[in-house]
Amino acid sequence: MKKGYKNWGPPLLLVSPTIIVIGIFVYGLIGANIAVSFSNRHSLVPATEFVGLENYFAIFAEERFIHSLQNLGVFTVFFIGGTMLFGFLWAWMLDKGVTAEGVFRSVFLFPMAISFVASGVVWRWLLNSAEGDRASGLNRIFENLGLGFLQNSWWNEPGWGMAAIALPAIWQLAGYVMALFLAGFRGIPADLREAARMDGATEWKLYRYVIFPQLSPVALSALIIVGHMSLKVFDLIMAITKSIYQTEVPATYLWVALTANDYAKSATIATVLLLFVAVLIVPYMVYTARAERKQR
Amino acid sequence: MRKPLSIIAGAVALGLVLAGCSSNTGSDPENANQVEVFTWWASGSEKVGLDALVKVFQEQNPDDEFINASVAGGAGSNAKAALASRLEANNPPDTFQAHAGAELTDYINAGQLQDLSSFYQENGLTDVFPASLVERLTVDGAIYSVPSNIHRANVVWANTQVLTDAGIDPMAAPADLDAWIADLKKLKDAGVETPLALGTEWTQMQLFENVLIADLGADGYSGLWTGDTAWDDAGVEKAIAHYSELLDYTNSDFAGLDWDAATQIVLDGNAAYNVMGDWAESAFQQAGWTYDNEYTTWATPGTDGVFDFLADSFTLSVGAPHEAAAIDWLTTISSADGQKAFNLAKGSIPARTDTVAADYPAYQQTAIKSFGEDTVVSSLAHGAAASIAWSGDISSAIGKFGADRDADSLLAGLVAAADKSLG
Repeated sequence: MKKGYKNWGPPLLLVSPTIIVIGIFVYGLIGANIAVSFSNRHSLVPATEFVGLENYFAIFAEERFIHSLQNLGVFTVFFIGGTMLFGFLWAWMLDKGVTAEGVFRSVFLFPMAISFVASGVVWRWLLNSAEGDRASGLNRIFENLGLGFLQNSWWNEPGWGMAAIALPAIWQLAGYVMALFLAGFRGIPADLREAARMDGATEWKLYRYVIFPQLSPVALSALIIVGHMSLKVFDLIMAITKSIYQTEVPATYLWVALTANDYAKSATIATVLLLFVAVLIVPYMVYTARAERKQR
Repeated sequence: MRKPLSIIAGAVALGLVLAGCSSNTGSDPENANQVEVFTWWASGSEKVGLDALVKVFQEQNPDDEFINASVAGGAGSNAKAALASRLEANNPPDTFQAHAGAELTDYINAGQLQDLSSFYQENGLTDVFPASLVERLTVDGAIYSVPSNIHRANVVWANTQVLTDAGIDPMAAPADLDAWIADLKKLKDAGVETPLALGTEWTQMQLFENVLIADLGADGYSGLWTGDTAWDDAGVEKAIAHYSELLDYTNSDFAGLDWDAATQIVLDGNAAYNVMGDWAESAFQQAGWTYDNEYTTWATPGTDGVFDFLADSFTLSVGAPHEAAAIDWLTTISSADGQKAFNLAKGSIPARTDTVAADYPAYQQTAIKSFGEDTVVSSLAHGAAASIAWSGDISSAIGKFGADRDADSLLAGLVAAADKSLG
């Protein structure tokens, strides 16, 4: 084992370009963003003074921002719930054994390869909220199938409309969660299940006491990844509805503020979003770091 | 195996380096005979118009080279973002396109535009543009842009067949908003589910500004933007009530429809009216319809005698690398030939009052007549009346009203937006 810098020197040299680039373009720019959010630059005129947390207090007092947070909350709940449910369901069914499993796996996973913008364009047509004579998209399909009573105004519904936006998101990412859970299922040793069956466990008890506990790390990582994706949702909403009041979330509000040249406000919203995601990710990273250290 | 691999890797690296060494065919500060013109006219009838304008420019200024710095996409939002970053980096284009009026406020306050009052005097523009237009363009005694074309935003586009079927005379414009709402009710009773076609937030804002003009009058409406008219005025409350009534006759899915989809509802015969600017003319022309035959237009009821203007205009940047050539460009776009070439191609009308109306199609002739006679007010929805931040706040309040129909909340939102902007 080499001593001193001959030991850690070469690895450090290998990683240093990445560290420098990330240091400047990620953390340096995050710092610049926070600096702008502490200024009073609300137009093209350069900032004149440091105003501290005033911008943060201002947006949390704003009804429009609170409404966008509510929209985000509804979207997140349905998005996470939908992807976890369908992801687990499909993984469980595939794990049970089915012919042409590879085909099903690919079919469920393919939507993830499409960009949100591309699928958003199609879903914009599908989720068109006109009903009756001028219905198109899903409403028209329901009508033609004789299921006319299922027609509704999708994302145009005040309050729960964001659940309709969660539909395309669930369609795209449930496959990813399925892949995670399938790997989790496959990672459980077969002899554990056999041992449980030999001890007289019913199917339900087998799942509850043997399989689910083994799956909980997988479920946790799926939850975190899907959760942080939902907090940042922007391109799907812009593709489906562009930036309107009904489907406003913090990321689209940030964009609107930026096009209005309100740099301080958009920087503030960006920092708030970063903090939300950090609240989600940082405890998870601490937990996995501790788990890894314990394993060593 | 290692040698050929390293040769390939070296060749790839060299290729990437060469890719960064592309030659710059853009603006050259040393060459005084170039002008870099920044627009968002990159496609469609707008590009046709720009090309026609460039042709006239080359005829009038054969020594100057035109550099097209247009940015496509997003109906100008991509271009505005690109422009903001260029201005930030102190690399302004010589002249850039912007909506005339209050949308320039941000650039003026940041000291990025040059005063063009002397240009106006030298070229006699203050005489040849209507007085009320020059008044709208003047900010604290200075003028910062030269309009190339004028659009009108208080026009109702009507499907004559749908109206005749319901027993309404399409050529007779209703006298005021209440008469119009009565006609809308008549249409709904006759079976037209959604007599008034409406689209997304900015079209809602445009409809609302029409109602404001009708209920406050031209002076009252103009006073809203200077603080002379209070936003909690009785006239504004009346306008909100009228607007709410109008919304009852619109298609329920308006929040997600772009303006051309809303106009299409009228073309399909599923609606009778659409309040839209005169760029809708191209949609009717493409459908092969004839003016006063399958479709007709009149000023929004209650706004007769008012021309709600919006204009694309060109500015002169502070620190423009080729100032003399940029002035040549501004001269061309404000000249009679330039405005004629551009507006015939684009479908709008010139800002000059010495226009020969007979050169233009039927709809434009009505617009030219109105522009010459009527009072000109600034459009809210298209950046002439309010700065970007202010119109964004109003847009959000209008969008919220479209969703929840809370009149008190809309009024409070409008008052708050005005307080924030007027200080």
